[in-house]
Amino acid sequence: MNLPDYNFTALTPALILSLWAILILLVDLLFGERIQRWLSWLTVAGLLVTGASALSLWNVRAEGFSGMVVLDNFAIVVTVIAMIAGILAVLLSSDYLVDRDLFRPEYFALMLFSITGILLLASGRNLIMLFLGLELLSIPLYVLTGFARPDVQSEEAAMKYFLLGALASSFLVYGIALTYGATGSTDLLKIRDALQNVQVITSTLTLGGLILILVGFGFKVAAVPFHMWTPDVYQGAPTPITAYMSVGAKAGGFAALLRIMYVAFPQIASYWTGALVLLAIATLVVGNLLAIQQSSLKRLLAYSSIAHAGYILVGLAAGNNRGVAGALFYLLAYAFTNLGAFGIMIALSKKGEEADSIESYAGLSSRQPWLALAMTVFMLSLTGVPLTAGLVGKIFVFSAAAEAGLWTLLIVAVLTSVISAFYYLRLVVLMYMRDPINDFGTQVHLTPGVRTALALAVIGTVLLGIIPGNLIDFTNQTLAITTQTLVALVH
Amino acid sequence: MFDLVVLVILLPLLGVIVNAFFGRRLGERWVSYIGPGAVGLSFLVALILVLSLAGLPVDQRHHETILWTWIPIGNFQVDLGFLLDPLSAVMILIITGVGFLIHIYSVGYMHGDPRFARYFTYLNLFVASMLTLVLGNNFLVLFMGWELVGLCSYLLIGFWFERVSASDAAVKAFVVNRIGDFGFILGVMLIWTTFGTLHFTEVFEAAEKSLQSGAPVAIAITLLLLIGATGKSAQIPLYVWLPDAMAGPTPVSALIHAATMVTAGVYMMARSHVLFELAPFTGQVVAWIGAATALLAASIGVAQYDIKKVLAYSTVSQLGFMVAAAGMGAFGAAMFHLTTHAFFKGLLFLGAGSVIHGVHDEQDMRKMGGLRSSMPTTFWTFVVAALALAGIPPLSGFFSKDEILATASSQNIGIYLLLTIAAFLTAFYIGRQVLMVFFGQARSDVHAHESPRVMTIPLIVLAVFAAIAGFFNLPGVGSFSGWLGEQAGELNLAVAAISTLLALAGLGLAWLLYGRSPVQQDQRDPLAVRLGPVFTLLERKWYVDEIVDLTIARPFKALCSFLAGEMDLGIVDGFVNGVAWLVSLFSRWLRTIQTGFVRSYALAMLLGAVLLIVYVATR
Repeated sequence: MNLPDYNFTALTPALILSLWAILILLVDLLFGERIQRWLSWLTVAGLLVTGASALSLWNVRAEGFSGMVVLDNFAIVVTVIAMIAGILAVLLSSDYLVDRDLFRPEYFALMLFSITGILLLASGRNLIMLFLGLELLSIPLYVLTGFARPDVQSEEAAMKYFLLGALASSFLVYGIALTYGATGSTDLLKIRDALQNVQVITSTLTLGGLILILVGFGFKVAAVPFHMWTPDVYQGAPTPITAYMSVGAKAGGFAALLRIMYVAFPQIASYWTGALVLLAIATLVVGNLLAIQQSSLKRLLAYSSIAHAGYILVGLAAGNNRGVAGALFYLLAYAFTNLGAFGIMIALSKKGEEADSIESYAGLSSRQPWLALAMTVFMLSLTGVPLTAGLVGKIFVFSAAAEAGLWTLLIVAVLTSVISAFYYLRLVVLMYMRDPINDFGTQVHLTPGVRTALALAVIGTVLLGIIPGNLIDFTNQTLAITTQTLVALVH
Repeated sequence: MFDLVVLVILLPLLGVIVNAFFGRRLGERWVSYIGPGAVGLSFLVALILVLSLAGLPVDQRHHETILWTWIPIGNFQVDLGFLLDPLSAVMILIITGVGFLIHIYSVGYMHGDPRFARYFTYLNLFVASMLTLVLGNNFLVLFMGWELVGLCSYLLIGFWFERVSASDAAVKAFVVNRIGDFGFILGVMLIWTTFGTLHFTEVFEAAEKSLQSGAPVAIAITLLLLIGATGKSAQIPLYVWLPDAMAGPTPVSALIHAATMVTAGVYMMARSHVLFELAPFTGQVVAWIGAATALLAASIGVAQYDIKKVLAYSTVSQLGFMVAAAGMGAFGAAMFHLTTHAFFKGLLFLGAGSVIHGVHDEQDMRKMGGLRSSMPTTFWTFVVAALALAGIPPLSGFFSKDEILATASSQNIGIYLLLTIAAFLTAFYIGRQVLMVFFGQARSDVHAHESPRVMTIPLIVLAVFAAIAGFFNLPGVGSFSGWLGEQAGELNLAVAAISTLLALAGLGLAWLLYGRSPVQQDQRDPLAVRLGPVFTLLERKWYVDEIVDLTIARPFKALCSFLAGEMDLGIVDGFVNGVAWLVSLFSRWLRTIQTGFVRSYALAMLLGAVLLIVYVATR
């Protein structure tokens, strides 16, 4: 009897992270309130260890559990993005929770479990594994969204998110079932092999499966028309969770989409790139146009996150190497920038007084010059102004689309990014060119956690904009990732 | 040593950092040393570099400095690199030189402003951005400067944001520039996919080698770049932002909206002239747009009362001359006019600022008059600039404008006619302005006073250049075109004679209407009396703003609020509800077990899935 090939190496980061989550629950059990202050730093330490373990496996390309999971450079890049999102969100969380009497240790454990889900999405090479990853990412998020109990908005958001998430999952499962029916496997490589057969390619089962899988992940990344939950859920959830969700859930969803499309369905690339072009156009237009109208900053950032999903979709729709690398870089840039923007919001919020109204940012530059400056950096990066990470990301995905000859998509993408300047810069104008209308921002206490998070976000945003390639070998390697990286077999 | 070109950008940037972070603590005195000082030093470095460049043989006047790889796009790299060659040399001298004078002037003009330090921060940032734009050695660095310049102008136009007009104008400038950027980015992307590089020299070499004249891709690229140029250089149809941009402080108008930023489009076309030469069709379009803009703006300038608005439309009109020249392939002439224009238009704006300063923030020419005696330095320098603009020999504007007219007369008689009429109107409106502001009797009770020396000395320096800059390209004296590697335009005596006579006629007509019997207080404009409704049409700028508002701005706003309001809640919801109703025929229970909103959202998802399946099935 042959024992299955376990090879835990392929699961190292995910294992460390889930064990760390359990550790946090245990530590709380043993020490209780005494260590409350240190819990967030302990969580950050866990994320750092996980990230380091992932990076130490660079170029190792381990495969485990009969090919259910692989740990290749692609998975490691996504892991690092998830770590960045996690670390910044945890640093922003602690004092936010204490201030609102929401501090419960499970919060951090749930967060780590959810991030573990992203890791599984990044390294799963089997549809079942990817489904598990998606659920592990989502279920803790449903709980965390409703964490501001008894706040009605938060509970309603959690309920909505859960119901619609369940629906999306059912689309996904159905898609997996159809694909299995067409190809006889859930293993991505075997699906790929089965699709060498022309009859399988054109079968309704294959195409139906493909589209339903697309819908399932399209929901997670908030692509139009699967986006409608986004503003409501973003607004209701506690702000640090919104911040995490806006980056982490997207990273997981896009990682899985990239892996599935390039590994399992390259034979029918013309079908899914076509569908992705449609989704990208709809997402860009709706996200950007609706963002203009918002008066709540959280809703604005929600629509903006929809819009950015559109830009990442541009990279995916291009269907070439540059598109893959571009989408990854975009996620990296977006992680620093968007968490930074939410971080400013958190820094300015107090219990019962969320810094949500855009109007209230008027004149902030005179009261909080540093916060206003940081917010300006983030807004410029979201707009895609030179010398910020946002521009470099946009150049990557745009050039991928140009290379693929997708001129209609490119025109829409450039036009909407031009439009996006209005709503991002409106905030900058308010902060620098208006007089304050109330006492907003007069009493701000910046805690070490928030300070660290904001400093990291600003540094990341600016450095990735000025020296994206040579900053660290990591980004260079990220950009070297090709469609082949996703498929490369391990021997 | 040419690597020192980095210093030219770094010095103003250093000024930005010092003024931004310590400006308020340093106080007005120190800021007024640091702000202008940074640009002054930058000018010195630029001057030394350009002189050394001129010492080299012609074929070696090309030096690139690469800092680091900025963006590694797969197998090729875009550097953060700078290029010093004759073209960028001209630009950096104008930017730092004229910029330095305007910085000094600003010390006097902005004296006592509560945001003094912030003003110089923006101004230094602007200079650094503009230098990046002209020094970049590839299209992406050019684009970086392009965007940053737009951003700075936005900040500076809205500097006095307490005034509604200022913040509106800032928004307008930004919107219009973004439209131009849209074309520019697409153009750059097309260059990249066509040639596989964005590096100037490589692109132009590849273009000359691989493209036939009139190749569709060359036409597409240049048309897209043209959209960018019309945005920055204020040409039809995107010129509308520039006149409103006068809401900023006057030295800003001089620096940005006359001498430097608006020249970015002309510079970009001159830089990519290889591409434009491969696309004769685009050249035609460019030339006609330039000529039409020159005439349209000049006609509007005739009927304005705001001292700065006249000059603003004059700038648009003069940019039209440059663009027309570029369209006809006379890039040397375009750059030459750009240079002389930077002197005399910068001077006109600074002079106007001095007037506004002297009459205590009045901008309406109907309330001025008789300032000749109370502001002698301003008056004399203003007259020099006005005559240069009108094209009276031997002042600088005569030579540069004439080169353009001579080219047009030999190439395209239609364009020549448009430009000649524009030149006549130019002489008329500037004559009208000089007469209304400086001659006759004071039409208000304000006691005007001459500006302090810190403001008048820059005026005098600029006046000297506005007077003599024409000789830079006079055969036997200077060889501006040769420096740029272009053929010097031949002096066409007939054209020169006609345009000089027309300029004199324009000035004479202005004197007949406004000089012979000066306009009295509360008297109607003599031209308005004669032209009637035509004058109103010109005064209201051909109602272009109103038309744009009605046909573009409003529908767009309506679309957005429609999408946000009705579409989001009503139509999608209603549509989804309608589908829900259909679905409920088959499955009534669906309605009863789910709440309204979640159901709508879920049905939107379902609808999306169905549409995608239909798409895949039918393709």
